[in-house]
Amino acid sequence: MRDVIVVGAGPGGTAAAKYLASKGYDVVIYEKRQEIGAPKRCGEGISFGGLERLGLELPKNCVRQVINSALVYAPDNSHVEVSYGKDYGYVVERKMFDKWLAEEAVRKGAKVKAKTYIKEVLKEDGKVVGVRGEHLGEEFEEKCKVLIAADGIESKISRMAGLNTTANPMLVDSGFQYEMTGIKISDPKKIHLYFGNDIAPRGYIWIFPKGEDVANVGIGIVGKSQKSAKEYLSEFVEKTEGLKDGSILEVNSGGIPIGGLMNKMTLDNFLAIGDAAHQVNPINGGGMYEAQFAARIAADVIDEGIQKGDTSEKQLDKYNKKWWEERGNKLKKVEKIREVSEKLSDEDFNFLAKELKGDNLIDFSRGQGLKGLGKILIKKPHLAKYVKGLHLEF
Amino acid sequence: MGWKWDKNKCLRCGGCVAVCPTQALELTENGIEWDESRCIHCGICEEFCPVKAIKVKKEKKEDKK
Repeated sequence: MRDVIVVGAGPGGTAAAKYLASKGYDVVIYEKRQEIGAPKRCGEGISFGGLERLGLELPKNCVRQVINSALVYAPDNSHVEVSYGKDYGYVVERKMFDKWLAEEAVRKGAKVKAKTYIKEVLKEDGKVVGVRGEHLGEEFEEKCKVLIAADGIESKISRMAGLNTTANPMLVDSGFQYEMTGIKISDPKKIHLYFGNDIAPRGYIWIFPKGEDVANVGIGIVGKSQKSAKEYLSEFVEKTEGLKDGSILEVNSGGIPIGGLMNKMTLDNFLAIGDAAHQVNPINGGGMYEAQFAARIAADVIDEGIQKGDTSEKQLDKYNKKWWEERGNKLKKVEKIREVSEKLSDEDFNFLAKELKGDNLIDFSRGQGLKGLGKILIKKPHLAKYVKGLHLEF
Repeated sequence: MGWKWDKNKCLRCGGCVAVCPTQALELTENGIEWDESRCIHCGICEEFCPVKAIKVKKEKKEDKK
């Protein structure tokens, strides 16, 4: 009998295992893929602030590029520079980063087993008690006190456990990305974000440099678009100087949760973290920090529960409450800003690019500065109606 | 009615599995598996697929009797 079984060795799963192992628990992570960290599922950016709050000091081999600002482009190519005034974050190499996180968990006493496919969640009296899986052809059954689903957006484990995590298709972006080389990046310290209904309907295109001639070039759009994410990105690459003659090192795709934050992420002896629980920043789709942040709360609540001999849903509900208190409510505000941005026409984006300053955009991604946005929106009659959606009080 | 999956286009990302409202899809070792009994032919997976690897055939106008 394990104390805790974690399914999924992404940043959330490995963080949960690390925290629990540090508290002395017997914890194992099962990863269905044969390699941790591959294929990657994102632009690979993470801020220094996030890393610091998580207490992570990255080894050099995980870091590809230091970032100090972001250029946000409107459809007319005018842009707002979001400058942090200093180095602000990294573009990491997920293949190294995720493996390093797993190594850290193991250093604290956790076990990891890649290429382990969980086929069934075992239940007794309707309550989760363990898993049945297969590792390289060998079937096994294992009991646990608590099962953590950290298996990404499709979260099969949650479904098998009985928690409905089916995402609203409007709240999952269709994502597609190339890692490219043989391209020209004028300043690798800058990330680039392109908005516009013709280039990325209700989403955006990103360039996250990994050096002077390497970058993640990706797109996230609402699924119900005229063309596929791949087609929109190909068009962008074709018409962009510096990219169009580039080579493709890697192709990634996937669903990016951009909302649908869940009030209930728990069952008896079970909880979900990370993408599996739709824990992402609804504006930038960033999930690495969110997953690890939630993992710490989850580990604390599970620790308390196991000590009391009570890992019932009622006890684990503290995880729901704490997460909403410390993170969810903030992300909910970010979601409101995204909801407004989805309604904007290209002209509106052009207008906002002139009105907004870089600092505004930093605030928005943190769920702050809604009032400032409201004040700009009411300048245009057709935008004023969206102010209501921000739930502001003037 | 039917559901077609192009294994050569598919990147096995599982996005379709995540958005399927009836949990009719599963990402397995063999790729995307379709459970006809659960599928309601809504086409959300087709709309969502970043690389257009899925085609959903909806009911024909004249039903064969």
